[in-house]
Amino acid sequence: MFNYFHKKNQTGVRKIKPSKPQDEKFSFPKTPTGVEGLDEITDGGFPKGRPTLICGGAGCGKTLLSMQFLIKGITDFSEHGVFMSFEEPSKDLSLNVKSLGFDLDKLKAEKKLVVDYVRVERSEIEETGEYDLEGLFIRLNHAIDSVNAKRVVLDTIESLFAGLDNQAILRAELRRLFHWLKEKGVTAIITGERGEATLTRQGLEEYVSDCVIILDHRVIEQVSTRRLRIIKYRGSTHGTNEYPFLIDEDGISVLPITSLKLNNEVSSELVSTGVPGLDTMFVGGGFYRGSNILISGTAGTAKTTIACYFANEQCKKHEKTVFFAFEESPQQLIRNMKSIGIDLEKHIDKGLLQIHASRPSLNGLELHLLTLRKLIKDFKPTTVILDPISNLITVGNENEVRSMLVRLIDMLKANNITALFTSLNKQNDNLRPDLAEESVSSLVDTWITVRDMEGIGERNRGIFIVKSRGMGHSNQVREFVIGSKGIELLDVEFGPEGILTGAARKSNQLQRTVKAMKLQSDLDRKDREIDRKRKVLEANIAALKNEFESVVEELGILKATEDLHSKIMIENTPKTKKK
Amino acid sequence: MENSPKIAANPEKYTFILFVSGMSVKSGHAIENLRSICDTYLKGNFNLQIIDITTDRQSAVDYQIIAIPTLIKTGPGQPRTLLGDLSDTEKVLRILDIKS
Repeated sequence: MFNYFHKKNQTGVRKIKPSKPQDEKFSFPKTPTGVEGLDEITDGGFPKGRPTLICGGAGCGKTLLSMQFLIKGITDFSEHGVFMSFEEPSKDLSLNVKSLGFDLDKLKAEKKLVVDYVRVERSEIEETGEYDLEGLFIRLNHAIDSVNAKRVVLDTIESLFAGLDNQAILRAELRRLFHWLKEKGVTAIITGERGEATLTRQGLEEYVSDCVIILDHRVIEQVSTRRLRIIKYRGSTHGTNEYPFLIDEDGISVLPITSLKLNNEVSSELVSTGVPGLDTMFVGGGFYRGSNILISGTAGTAKTTIACYFANEQCKKHEKTVFFAFEESPQQLIRNMKSIGIDLEKHIDKGLLQIHASRPSLNGLELHLLTLRKLIKDFKPTTVILDPISNLITVGNENEVRSMLVRLIDMLKANNITALFTSLNKQNDNLRPDLAEESVSSLVDTWITVRDMEGIGERNRGIFIVKSRGMGHSNQVREFVIGSKGIELLDVEFGPEGILTGAARKSNQLQRTVKAMKLQSDLDRKDREIDRKRKVLEANIAALKNEFESVVEELGILKATEDLHSKIMIENTPKTKKK
Repeated sequence: MENSPKIAANPEKYTFILFVSGMSVKSGHAIENLRSICDTYLKGNFNLQIIDITTDRQSAVDYQIIAIPTLIKTGPGQPRTLLGDLSDTEKVLRILDIKS
């Protein structure tokens, strides 16, 4: 105990040191872990040349994480490694990690890795006096020197406690081991089983390690999630949250909850919705590329159909699309879409479309996220469709789903992927949005709702835009029908009390036709009347003209008579004047 | 003296390998203690090999040595591994199945 306090003081001094020359941007020396996401959380990796403790219960991935650290060190950073196993014989270990694509035998043959299995069998060992663990030190030293290792893993020291009786010696020796590792300048990982009250069973390793990471494997509602948390990291800042992580065929990857800053690039390029008529409801004529679209609606309101339309449209433009179907198998989806004239199979054959169908409960939310992440990396889609996200709620609770969706959306945005989600609403009278909708509605850029409009003995489908960031949009509820030719948005029918649908629309149309006919005949009648009036007018004009002409004629005659008269007068009188 | 018929009955020699590290105090004690046990109870009916793992490191790996000093009895009978400086003579004798 005394020793422990002494130790604590030492670390206190060391802790202050790095912060002193802060003005010249001191960066704590770190060793990249090679584990996806972990370097982000640890701000660069594990402390260089110091021991790190990884603790956790059985089967939470301690050995794997440390193995990945070693192997990535060799393959990615050309730092050789030593794996000292206290639990698994080296043959078993090789076999176990082979399934993750790690070939230990090859690395061993290339003299880049040493795996030393330390067997401590209590039944074969008797203690007869004082001893120390010099043998272990020498073996470790031998292993490190033989490959010039920079990374060392000790998995799990606790086995020593199980095999040996003298706890006092062990504790003292382990403390010495940690110091020795530091002096040796190797970046070490020590794994430890989780104790009841302390992080490790012995409550020793966590104090002598410079960085402590705890792994956890929890089952909530029959779905398990693995989590990782950094408990301490001397001399460095680190993420303090619990981060979910996954083990799959590529080893471990940690998913940071969110990118904290929102600074993804945006595109003002537009992509068509694929639904004829829907484009016109947006001022811009479609969605922005890289935006998120939510289509919510009650059961049977053609959410999937709209999603497929979008997928079809994107594929037509040679955009790579991934369709996550959580309800239907790809075959079923293809068949169903064929019935309305959409051929998805064609796109799949061309390699433009991938349909991933799985039950949401197949794996935890995180694994779904990871699958997506992998796909984005490998397939590089520009469009992603999730149908429906509301099903994911069966997997996790509200917070988890929300956090998963935030991360999902972040990830999609960062990659400038246009994403379309569908969400099933519960059929309820009030218009309060339910969980899935609520969780994402503030995150999505465009929100389209499809709903049932129940009227006089019939059900009609209506579509409207709830929001569309950065773009004007129609405020109308448009009725649409799905026939063998697909979705058709009907023109807006205004009635005396608003927009009409279904039978009301038809009766209104009929009324309008009748009205129009009546109006037409009225117009015709009026036209004829005018015609007649014109004729009367024209007749009157003609009569007046005649009258006028006769007056003019009369005037002409008078003028002529007058002229003649004066002529005669002139002829008779001028002779006298000439004289 | 009672163990002489035992040796006669069991002609196989005791074989020991003692692992030590350099000139450490505990290693020295172990060598001393083992020698005195052998001299007292086995009277030349043994083979002892002392391996210094600071010079022969591979042996430490081959024999699964963790603690120093370690004594391995390879025969006769069950192989046994003893950790420590062998200062508890009674226990050592019991474990090595040597009748005092």
